[in-house]
Amino acid sequence: MSVTNPNWKPKIVAFCCNWCSYAGADLAGSGRMSYPADVKIIRVPCSCRVNPMFILRAFERGADGVIICGCHPGDCHYTSGNYYARRRLTMLFSMLDYLGIERGRTRVEWVSAAEGAKFSKTMNEFVETITNLGENRKLGDIRCKKS
Amino acid sequence: MNSIKSRALELLSDGTVKRVIGWEKGEGEADWSPALFETAEEMNSFVYGDYAGSNLSKYCLKFNLAEGKTLVVLKPCDTLSFNQLLHEHRLNREKFYIIGAGCKGMKDENGRLLKCNACKGKDFEVYDEIIDDEESRKPLNVFDRMIGVAELEKMTAEERYEFWRGELSRCIRCNACRNVCPACTCVKCVFDNPASGVQSKAPVTDFEENMFHIIRAFHVAGRCTDCGECSRVCPQNIPLHLLNRKFIKDMNELYGDHQAGVGTEERTPLTSYTKEDAEPSVVHERGNA
Repeated sequence: MSVTNPNWKPKIVAFCCNWCSYAGADLAGSGRMSYPADVKIIRVPCSCRVNPMFILRAFERGADGVIICGCHPGDCHYTSGNYYARRRLTMLFSMLDYLGIERGRTRVEWVSAAEGAKFSKTMNEFVETITNLGENRKLGDIRCKKS
Repeated sequence: MNSIKSRALELLSDGTVKRVIGWEKGEGEADWSPALFETAEEMNSFVYGDYAGSNLSKYCLKFNLAEGKTLVVLKPCDTLSFNQLLHEHRLNREKFYIIGAGCKGMKDENGRLLKCNACKGKDFEVYDEIIDDEESRKPLNVFDRMIGVAELEKMTAEERYEFWRGELSRCIRCNACRNVCPACTCVKCVFDNPASGVQSKAPVTDFEENMFHIIRAFHVAGRCTDCGECSRVCPQNIPLHLLNRKFIKDMNELYGDHQAGVGTEERTPLTSYTKEDAEPSVVHERGNA
């Protein structure tokens, strides 16, 4: 899908776990590593806190891409949260794919507190992917759109 | 099968059970509905036979805390749902007397039920006694239940999107699929929350029905026994089982075969994990985009 609105800029929601990825984003900031301002970070206690409905709701309210960042498997602050999240998100992504939603719009990335560079690189990549995919038309809610 | 009726009547009369959950005839010939019988007199309208398609496990929830025992008639596939509810500690086994009823495949006015075309076998997971006959022990001819899912997976993303728009935009949000589902047992449902954003009765937007159906299927993923009640009750004939089966298929492929409601294992694929699980990107890497 091509971009029809010349003023369109992607809106990205990033769910970041408090213990690793949020600190990773912090490190990216303090290390002066840039990532696009289109990424809006929502801090969650654990990637496992991300209810599938959060992701759908983000899309419904106008997000063009949703990325979930958590601790590397095995490093979860709560021991096993991201293992559960991994299964759950796999199922959700598969279902979105099944309903014909573009595959690139959702992503999971494990970013540790020491990986500021990875955070910045991931976000740059993701924004590029979403920019190429264009506006999210399939998942939106018309009531949430400004005319 | 008259013997089920007479046996139920016997247990009701001698006080072993206080009530019976079964079926009675509705308005049409093929319209049999679940019913509660509390006296011998009421038992006159008890029926069991070719049109007793509904799964009575869900109705047990209401009587879990009631006084005395409840007799419930369950077909082989219904016992899976009942057993799954036992796994989840939603039902107390002591409070129920289960008659396992032989089943030759159930029908409605359009012929054999969809769920019976994917019959899961004739074994009873839980029962106090079984009343069946030679005929009902014979396995049914079944189709591979994942054919529908596999066909959709072969389509392109655009075709799938169009297919599901066509199906799900017919949804009138009657919530019948939720209400009938024996795995949907929350006392307070997320969809009844006015702040959930998905409680509207009228389909006003593109994505709202999709969201409702994704979440509905997701909430029962891993616990769904594929009893097919959701599709059976849908007044708009939306093939909801295709959503549930997609989850079942994915979980079987990625996390090993699992049939909800079998045996005594309480963990479901989504409430367990292994360290070697596939990364979520696996779904983006396979086949058709």
